[in-house]
This record gives sequence, C-alpha cells and structure tokens, in this order.
Amino acid sequence: MRFSRIAAVATAAVLAMSAAACGGGDGGDAGSGGSADGVIGKAASGKLIIGVKGDQPGLGLQTGTTYEGFDIEIGKIVAKGLGLDPSKVEWKTTASANRESFIEQGQVDIVIATYTINDDRKKRVAFAGPYYEAGQDLLVKADNTDITGPESLAGKKVCSVTGSTPAKRIKSDYPDAQLQEFDTYSKCVTALDGGQVDAVTTDDIILAGYAAQSQYAGKLKVIGKPFSKEPYGIAVKKTDTAGCAKINEILKAAATDGTYKTAWDTTLGKSGTPAKDLAVASLTNCPA
Amino acid sequence: MDFLSDPDNVDLYLTGFSWILRLTGAGALGALVLGVILAGMRVSPVPVLRAFGAGWVNTFRNTPLTLIIFFCYFGLYSTLGLTLDSEDIALNNFWLGVLGLSVYTAAFVCEAIRSGINTVPPGQAEAARALGLSFFQVLRIIVLPQAGRAVIAPLGSIFIALAKNSTIVGTIGLAESSSAMKTMIETYSSQTILIFLLFAGTFAAVLIPTGYFFGWLANRLAVKR
Repeated sequence: MRFSRIAAVATAAVLAMSAAACGGGDGGDAGSGGSADGVIGKAASGKLIIGVKGDQPGLGLQTGTTYEGFDIEIGKIVAKGLGLDPSKVEWKTTASANRESFIEQGQVDIVIATYTINDDRKKRVAFAGPYYEAGQDLLVKADNTDITGPESLAGKKVCSVTGSTPAKRIKSDYPDAQLQEFDTYSKCVTALDGGQVDAVTTDDIILAGYAAQSQYAGKLKVIGKPFSKEPYGIAVKKTDTAGCAKINEILKAAATDGTYKTAWDTTLGKSGTPAKDLAVASLTNCPA
Repeated sequence: MDFLSDPDNVDLYLTGFSWILRLTGAGALGALVLGVILAGMRVSPVPVLRAFGAGWVNTFRNTPLTLIIFFCYFGLYSTLGLTLDSEDIALNNFWLGVLGLSVYTAAFVCEAIRSGINTVPPGQAEAARALGLSFFQVLRIIVLPQAGRAVIAPLGSIFIALAKNSTIVGTIGLAESSSAMKTMIETYSSQTILIFLLFAGTFAAVLIPTGYFFGWLANRLAVKR
C-alpha cells in the first residue's frame, strides 16, 4: 500500500515536471515567431511581468509590495503604450546577475533595471532604447573638498558593488584608489555615511537617488563629472524583434507628449537635476 | 571561449582562489586553537568555564555565518572602530573575515574534539590522575592526543566546509572566488554557465581529494581499540 502511494506521488511529480518542461519548450518556439510569446502578445493577453531593481531609490525601490522610481514610471509608460492598464503589471525584483536568465526563461517579459546596453549582453537579450544615458560618477560627503573627480582618488577608499562595471572601471583605470566592494549600494552608502570609505561610485542617476533620500538629505553630494557613458536599455527576449520595435515607438511618443519628462520630474527630478531630453535619434539598438 | 583568453580573468581567478586558500588556512588555524581551548573548557571541572564553552558553541553554531561576517564589518569595524589593518582595505577585510570564520568554525571544532574526548576510555584519565597529574597535564598528555587522532575525519569535514564558507567573506568586499565569479559573469554574461562550472569545478577538484586524504589519514592514525 505504502509503496503504491509513493509511486503515485512520484508519477504525479514527474508528470508535473514534464508538463512544465513542455510549456517552456512551446514558449520558446512561439518566441521565434515573435507573436504570442512577445511582449505585444503578453500585453494583449492582459498580463505583463516587468523586472526592475528593488533597492535603488529614485529608480526602482521596493517598499512592501509597491515599487516606485524612474524605471517604474518608464515601465508604466511602456505598459500603457502596449494597451495595458499599468495596474495589471506585475513587478518583479531582478538582481544584476540574473537579468539575462530571467528574460530567457520567461520569468519576466521586460527588464527595466538600470540595464546598460553592451555587445555581450546583446548576445542573450534584445534592447530597446536607450531611454536614458547615465555616466559613472562619485558620491561623497557634502563637506568633502579633496575629491573633485576620478583623478583625485589616489589613496582614497572607493566603494562599489562586487563585479559591477563601475567597480571594474575603477580597478582598471584608477588603480591607485582602494576599492571596497559590497553586494549592494546601500551598504556602500552606509559605509560612506559612517566614514569607512571616502566615496561611492556608480552611475550618476543611481547616486542622485541616494543623495535625495531623506535620511541623507544635505549630508551627501554627487560630484557631477561623469566619466563614462552608460546607455540604459529596456530588455526583451532576443527573438522578440516586433516587441522591441514597438517599445521604441512608445518611447518616441513619450518623448514628444511630455510623459517622459513627467516620469523624471516625479521621481529623480526631486533631487534637483533637470530632465534630459530623450534622444529619439539614438533608439537604434533593436536587432534587425 | 573569449572569456578564457582575457588575461584579466586569469588574474581574477587566481587572486580569488589565493584569497580562499589564505582564508581557509588562517581560519583553520584560528578555529583549531580556539576550538581546542573551548573543548578544554567544556570538559573542565570549573562550572563557569563549562558554561562559557557551552554558551559559545550554542551561540555561534546557531548564528548564520553571513550575519557573523556582516557583524565583523559593520559592527566591529564600522561602529566600534576595530581596525585590523589601517593601511590596506583588502587586508583589513581579510582579517575581519578570518576573525568571523575562526569564531564560527571554533564552535564546530570544539564539539568534534569533545566527541573525541568521549572516545577515550575513562580508565586512561583515572590512571593519569592516580599518578598525580593535574587536570591540564591529563588533558594535554593523555586525553587530547588520543582524542585528536579519533576526530581527524570529522575535523576534515569541518575544514572542507570552512573552505567553502570562506566565499562568504566576499559580502564584506574581499575579492575572493565568488566575487571573481560575479565579476566575470557581469562582463561575459553570455557564458554564465561555463564560468559557473569553472569555479564549481575548481572547488570540487581541490576538495574531493582533500576529503579522501583526511579519510586515509584518519585510518592511519586512529587508535585501534
């Protein structure tokens, strides 16, 4: 008796798994057609999962079950453009390391998570955009006068996230600086506030978000001399060319009708930085 | 395979594993010394020492290592100002990591050695005491040498676990192997699985023979009763 029950459970489990595997396979096949599995099809079916960052104030910040920030506003614009009510969007936190695999496995349909477009990433996902061009900058204490840019970092302790592009750039271009790496920028900002490090470095837009947080108001400042170019893209499945082109159209429309500027003003604009114009001419990253 | 041809990656890989080796070595040494002292406390005739040993083991064995390492940086260093190397930020993080790993692993070493002490027949200690040896002499000359030979295999498991636990020091910013892996994945995200297999494979390639070595050593040195 007991044996047959175990066998039944095992059989059910195997069946469930193979069913799930089939589902995944079907999704992949439909993706190559670029219709039902693409973001346009997903939106038409009434549901869209957008992967965002959950720990970056001003960009993508999760408080309880709600998300807010510039990336979230861009996500709402995209959802609206696809004909979906933004309240139907399911937000999902993605970390830098799992963004590609989440897209590939269909755990999310779109990723809008301070995601810099580069050639290696284009091998696994397709990028619409860029919707914003950030640049690597430095965050220091408001009363700090001896750090004026990356050239003045020699002998200073600089904090960034393990394995991130900003950390890599400090190692290769400014080897005189001492690099402290953590797994999140929040820890870096805590260490900066406590005086264990002299500066935090990553994209200016992310730093501005931290500087604008109420507990650091007036205590931290962004240097404002970006020393790299980080074009942020909106990632979709590599095969979803139609969806990618559609998102570019939505961004174009948002640039002209003012919703893009509103998205900025209600989030990162609060830090005092005026909105940049969305460079419509540069929306050329979709695979042909 | 272009990520293998980048000399930066070879450097990252080697640096990562050299930090792991140093963490494991220093951590094992610290844990062994601390663990033997703690085991001695746990079997001592003084109730306060026994309570201290039991408290240490129960506290650190049941606290996640991530929290202990995190506390070493943000508690001891950030808040209390305990600086272990004021010149080099990497060395400071290294010693904070060694401190956390030693304190944590010592709890397991202590329990392994205490179980080894239990394998020594009571008659041995009684005979030693009858000869007029003090508690420390009994422990040092009679009991611990026999106990140590009985627990080589479990100590081996603890040190293998320590080698893998060393990757947690990456959370406070030491460029050990798991940080190196993250760095490579960030740049070469199209080859994530290959990079993962490289790092997992290196750990397995080093630690599986280590396991066999400790098993062989335990067989050779065991006190046959």
